[in-house]
Amino acid sequence: MSAAMRDDLPSPGATAGKETDAYNFAYLDEQTKRMIRRAILKAIAIPGYQVPFASREMPMPYGWGTGGVQVTAAVLGPEDVLKVIDQGSDDTTNAVSIRRFFAKTAGVETTTKTRAATVIQTRHRIPEEPLRDGQILVYQVPIPEPLRFLEPRETETRKLHALADYGLMHVKLYEDIARHGHIATTYAYPVEVAGRYVMDPSPTPKFDNPKMDMCAALQLFGAGREKRIYAVPPHTRVRSLDFEDHPFRIQTFKQPCALCGAEGVYLDEVVLDDRGGRMFVCSDTDFCEERRAAGHQGMMVDPGASDPSPEGEGGSRRKARDGWGEARHAARAGKRAAPSDGLRPPPPPYGGGSSDLPSDTAAEKREVVAKDKAGETR
Amino acid sequence: MSERPLLSARGLTKYYGERLGCWDVTFDLHEGEVLAVVGESGSGKSTLLGLLATELAPSAGAVHYRMRDGVVRDLSELTEAERRLLLRTDWGFVRQDAREGLRMGVSAGGNVGERLMAVGARHYGNIRAAASDWLARVEIEAGRIDDTPKSFSGGMRQRLQIARNLVTHPRLVFMDEPTSGLDVSVQARLLDLIRGLVAELGLAVIIVTHDLAVARLLSHRIMVMRRGRVIETGLTDQVLDDPREAYTQLLVSSVLAA
Amino acid sequence: MTTEQPLIALDDVSKSFTLHLRGGLELAVVSDVSLAVAAGECVVLGGPSGAGKSSILKMIYGNYRADRGRILVRDGAEVVDVASAEPRRILALRRDVMGYVSQFLRVIPRVATLDIVANAARESGIGQQEAMERARRLLSLLNVPERLWQLPPSTFSGGEQQRVNIARGLAADRPVLLLDEPTASLDAKNRAVVVDLIHEKKRAGTAILGIFHDEDVREAVADRIEDVTRFASSRAA
Repeated sequence: MSAAMRDDLPSPGATAGKETDAYNFAYLDEQTKRMIRRAILKAIAIPGYQVPFASREMPMPYGWGTGGVQVTAAVLGPEDVLKVIDQGSDDTTNAVSIRRFFAKTAGVETTTKTRAATVIQTRHRIPEEPLRDGQILVYQVPIPEPLRFLEPRETETRKLHALADYGLMHVKLYEDIARHGHIATTYAYPVEVAGRYVMDPSPTPKFDNPKMDMCAALQLFGAGREKRIYAVPPHTRVRSLDFEDHPFRIQTFKQPCALCGAEGVYLDEVVLDDRGGRMFVCSDTDFCEERRAAGHQGMMVDPGASDPSPEGEGGSRRKARDGWGEARHAARAGKRAAPSDGLRPPPPPYGGGSSDLPSDTAAEKREVVAKDKAGETR
Repeated sequence: MSERPLLSARGLTKYYGERLGCWDVTFDLHEGEVLAVVGESGSGKSTLLGLLATELAPSAGAVHYRMRDGVVRDLSELTEAERRLLLRTDWGFVRQDAREGLRMGVSAGGNVGERLMAVGARHYGNIRAAASDWLARVEIEAGRIDDTPKSFSGGMRQRLQIARNLVTHPRLVFMDEPTSGLDVSVQARLLDLIRGLVAELGLAVIIVTHDLAVARLLSHRIMVMRRGRVIETGLTDQVLDDPREAYTQLLVSSVLAA
Repeated sequence: MTTEQPLIALDDVSKSFTLHLRGGLELAVVSDVSLAVAAGECVVLGGPSGAGKSSILKMIYGNYRADRGRILVRDGAEVVDVASAEPRRILALRRDVMGYVSQFLRVIPRVATLDIVANAARESGIGQQEAMERARRLLSLLNVPERLWQLPPSTFSGGEQQRVNIARGLAADRPVLLLDEPTASLDAKNRAVVVDLIHEKKRAGTAILGIFHDEDVREAVADRIEDVTRFASSRAA
């Protein structure tokens, strides 16, 4: 299923030394990594500008993070500690696979701890814990061009960027307000970087947009299928576009995390049964676990009521998590947390089971918002 | 009478390889003047419009335009940013095919508001108010503001194009066969609307049409083109009532009632 | 001093039509036309139909081109040669100096009758309120029923349309008025109204050059009659 589990890759049983002998470090050859690093350097030099690069075939399908993986491969060193998250979670298939891919091909240490990681590859979330100097956040990007749904011609979108001609972006937001009464774009919410380029922050919930602003970590964006890399250097202004009378605001949640009691974080809805039972839990699993380890408790630590063991003990927490892990996956595939402002929820990672390509699913969802605009412009 | 022209074309010539698009066209256009360029398809009138609107580069000749700040500029020397700004502030372009002139997937209000947002309007309420004002002026019901042009009739689409173009109060509007392909009654209403707006706003218009009745109704002056050349010019009623050239006489006599 | 100068002066004006569609057939219309009209004067062009009376009016209005000669129209202190003027100069003359009334109404659809007449007055620089008053007065004088005023004239009878057209032509204050058989086929009552209105214009100092087929109208308004047959082209058959 996942890339790292493919049969043609060497057996995980090999020794660590052998593994890195079998592959060049971090899978890509040095020439390719140099090419990607050049693109990354250019991207950092021109914040928000989409740099074309010669995206390689990776041992995984487009939509599974081929862009992010190439960027990670190019920046990873033997001393790095890698964390991979998918929708905030360290334990989903995609995250596990990519982590194992680099463990095997680069032999680097991996972690689920945001604080311990030096490189974090992410799909559609920014960790709740503030990032620090020296960390690199690598985003997987399905469609890098924020103007694409209004202007299908690449030649024209490039000109629009070159001229900072971004009225079109506001047409999209205008359409949102006209149709929904508010800016209904809740993910892939366009931002202006360093007062110049407008950028698609990848399908992260707009909840995370403020975290990009003046972020201490280096943020790199890789789009494998579209062959683009862009970047936000550390401590760079990132402003979400809006109207004077419809200012940008993030989703808020009525209740704290049911497991750790955290407030002001992004929550996922988890369906508990087929009678309408549900709970809202942190989307950032590492953040949630750390809080619970520190003794924080939510309203519903044991939703199944099948495990009476007291909270605050690691094993049972782990077990509780395992217990509803499947349910949580299923829930993620369907409904997501309904933010209290009633905005459209972010895309499900695995397309409700209908599609195997998580990023494509995100793109499809985005198309729901922008569908009418696509391919119909002049 | 001595005021400087808004637009001057001098010796405009366009070759497409060996083939002549238009040859040595020279004229002045003043504020508030409506100039009709008439001729059959292939006469070079659309090429001329493309040259004037900076969509085509001339093989020879130049177009000068008096910008809003009063400075006369050679249009071929504008930067791309200046050219785009001109195109969507001081100029308008109403196209024969509304699908080229509109964003078909964007609501009527968004279509009208686009130019405002492109020049920096960032207040939704104001943009919407301007859009609904303009929709009213082109006789599109207020209730259609959030509908896309896909659901509009041909006549409505053309009226929406006009609103979209006029919202920034341009001084010069190019029109390329704006009424062709519409029912006669719809045409009449559209012409009436254009005529009213042109007079009310004092617009300069360069309208390309093969329909002499359209030229008669809207324009002050006519340029007759044939095989890429301007063969006759003058006051509209003069050219239509007392055509001098054989070709113009043929054109006029071919029309049932111009 | 300036009032003594004519408002219209034609100087050796010639006109012919070349019909390219009929093998380049040349139709001579008039040659060497010279005549003048002063302020407050009404000059009537005489002669049989086909003599070129209408063509002379149309040349003065800039509607037909002159082949030779000068057509001088005074615009304030300036004298403009219509035969060689730029189109926009002619348009300015039409707006400020010359009015032209024919028997045919050619208007845009959908505009109400009252507005058509009032707009004509406003085009010459008359204020909105006075323009409306004039329009009402002219339409009543010319017996256009008030119930029609708010309707576009396209559905009116021929006679009604003609009278709307006359109201429109006379609504403005312009120093020069060209009348191309405006009274043709009007009934006696309305002809008398038009005669009165022409007298009114003359008293206001308007220079009028007209064509009238009706003997009685011609007698009533003409200060002098210029016989166009003497300008018949020598080459004319």
